Amino acid sequence: MKLSRDLTCKEVVELVTEYLEGGLSTVERDRFEEHLGFCDWCVRYLDQIRLTVEGVWQLREEDLSPELKEDLLSAFRNWRDE
Amino acid sequence: MEPEATVVSALSAEDERLVDALRARDEAAFTALVDEYGRSMLSLARLFVRNRSVAEEVVQEAWLGVLRGIDRFEGRSSLKTWIFRILTNAAKTRAEREGRTMPFSSFADDERGVDPDRFLNEGRWAGHWVTPPSPWEQPEGRLLAGEARALIDLAITELPGPQAAVITMRDLIGFDSTDVCNVLEITESNQRVLLHRARSKVRQALEEYMSA
Repeated sequence: MKLSRDLTCKEVVELVTEYLEGGLSTVERDRFEEHLGFCDWCVRYLDQIRLTVEGVWQLREEDLSPELKEDLLSAFRNWRDE
Repeated sequence: MEPEATVVSALSAEDERLVDALRARDEAAFTALVDEYGRSMLSLARLFVRNRSVAEEVVQEAWLGVLRGIDRFEGRSSLKTWIFRILTNAAKTRAEREGRTMPFSSFADDERGVDPDRFLNEGRWAGHWVTPPSPWEQPEGRLLAGEARALIDLAITELPGPQAAVITMRDLIGFDSTDVCNVLEITESNQRVLLHRARSKVRQALEEYMSA
């Protein structure tokens, strides 16, 4: 990466996951945050990625039903008594 | 006590305890494991079979596999990794039998997370937004709506298999990146690329609905 040049939006959107994962070097992170300092659109984009992650989390399944747990327990007992 | 020929064990003390308990046919240990991983297993199985009752059968098969295999389990991976590999194998077998296209089979392409046409191509502001992301209205509330759930679900289904698997494990089940890398046997950087593409595309799929 060229140090002298500011990041473009196009580059920033491809770095958001690295940024959120803590994968950027200190220098890269500073440049990333510097861009966010003057670009509301990229701030919005980053925000929407965070919201997307929250949205995906809503899709997790409910816990196993009591019936299924009961079946699993019977399976366990059958195996134990083999 | 003489050490056995060195087998590299990936088991934590807690794993060792659970494995020993299962081998001793300890019902409480089994129940505790089911409580800990059952819901995540069901969520992951759903990615392959898209139907809760079939996913439940897959989870049952996987637990049977765990019980049948526990006496021979060598501890080369953590107990969690081993259980989830058994689950993904059971789910893949089931998906194949049902003639579904399998997650994990197709390989990642190198498309970008955001359509390049949304940025200026040339000039002083090259690489800056020309079609910026539209604002999302009341996102917290809207994301809870059934329509948003359906959109996200569909967007994940349409992802290439490895991307769908990674976003499901990371963001839907809540695994950390190390768990994902271990279960899928991919590198950390590969994991990050797959997660990035997946999240970018799911955001894109939500954009129109969230800003309308």
